[in-house]
Amino acid sequence: MSVRFLTVVTTFLIGYFFLAPGIQLFGQDEEFKASKFVLEHIKDSHDWHILTTKQGKHVSVPLPIIVFSKHSGLNIFLSGKIAHGHNYKGFEMGHSTIMKTNKKGEEVEMSLEGKVVEVDGHGDLVAEGLPLDFSITKNVFMMFLSIVTLLVVFLGLARSYKKAGIKEPRGLQGFLEPLIVFVEDDIAKPNIGEGKHLKFMPYLLTVFFFILINNLMGLIPFFPFGANVTGNIAVTMVLALCTLVITTFSGNKEYWKHIFNMPGVPIWLAPIMIPVELLGVFTKPFALMIRLFANITAGHIIVISLVSMIFIFKSVFMAAPAMVMVVFMDMIELLVAFLQAYIFTLLSALFIGLAVPEHHHD
Amino acid sequence: MTGTLAAIGAAIAVIGAALGIGHIGGKAMEAIARQPEASGKIQTAMIISAALIEGAALFAIVVAMMG
Repeated sequence: MSVRFLTVVTTFLIGYFFLAPGIQLFGQDEEFKASKFVLEHIKDSHDWHILTTKQGKHVSVPLPIIVFSKHSGLNIFLSGKIAHGHNYKGFEMGHSTIMKTNKKGEEVEMSLEGKVVEVDGHGDLVAEGLPLDFSITKNVFMMFLSIVTLLVVFLGLARSYKKAGIKEPRGLQGFLEPLIVFVEDDIAKPNIGEGKHLKFMPYLLTVFFFILINNLMGLIPFFPFGANVTGNIAVTMVLALCTLVITTFSGNKEYWKHIFNMPGVPIWLAPIMIPVELLGVFTKPFALMIRLFANITAGHIIVISLVSMIFIFKSVFMAAPAMVMVVFMDMIELLVAFLQAYIFTLLSALFIGLAVPEHHHD
Repeated sequence: MTGTLAAIGAAIAVIGAALGIGHIGGKAMEAIARQPEASGKIQTAMIISAALIEGAALFAIVVAMMG
């Protein structure tokens, strides 16, 4: 067993001992509910909860809340001001449900849990409805962090190539260059075609490293990391939409011909073929969205559930086996983090490649 | 009741996907054993087809959850 392996294991262990106090510790009146705790971690939130002390004091990092309401205009304040039932300038965290009329005209119940709401003097919601929420939430904060990290690393890398030219890679360069070459040689070239792939390399590299870094940061359990960014369906939807837009707008004549007038298919089949082909255009990015979301969320749920086992059994002796399983799952999640970034990029390249086929003379 | 039915539906979808992906994995192993020099290409093709099957299974799970 090498020293390096031990270092990795201890890092994860120490991390989970930091995380563990976040759960209400032993001897509390409130019963520990694993599913509630797990879902709280999976969801995005307005503040970054770190731990709750034995005295019931919450320690969390406040994040800026930016809300725009028709009632009072733009408001910017820190989430600490409305945490735990406080009210600030009429804003507070929602904690009940309201009845809302949906498009069909039916009354449906909508939960305000986790949403910022605006109330008047009597504690009723203002007539203008919910404010528009542009807050820097946990997920947004971690996305900013990953973007800054990527920019610093890659701009630095680009500068060093410019200055020193192409030499044997050193340091961080030696770690990232194989990955970039891998994306180019194993993902872009075989699927899009040599030469044509250059146009799409910036997108493929961006999406690969963005997903990879967010997956990996999501695995680190202490403060500025650990948010479930790539396991958020809105984030994966935007990524999939990017692929959809690029495929649609770079699709050549051949691609559209295969959708609207499939060569070799009798014309009377067109009423069936065209809707099916058009549906195919949208199901491909939809599958990309669901795949990344489901895989990363499932990973987070498993890890947190294993940590929760200690508190379900209420025993210190459960800690050791639970931690062993958590470390084991984390090792698998390291693989999944890379694999999902790879699959997303690979399938994006494949779909782009399908949109720019060579012209065949037949 | 709907929750239980949805869970059963999701489980059936997962069984189908598991059979499919298992089959792909097995065949890819055989292919690599027969032609180890083509393992790179076989792996890529294997991952693509596994991902497509996974996509179908995920659709089924989403439908089961929404139903």
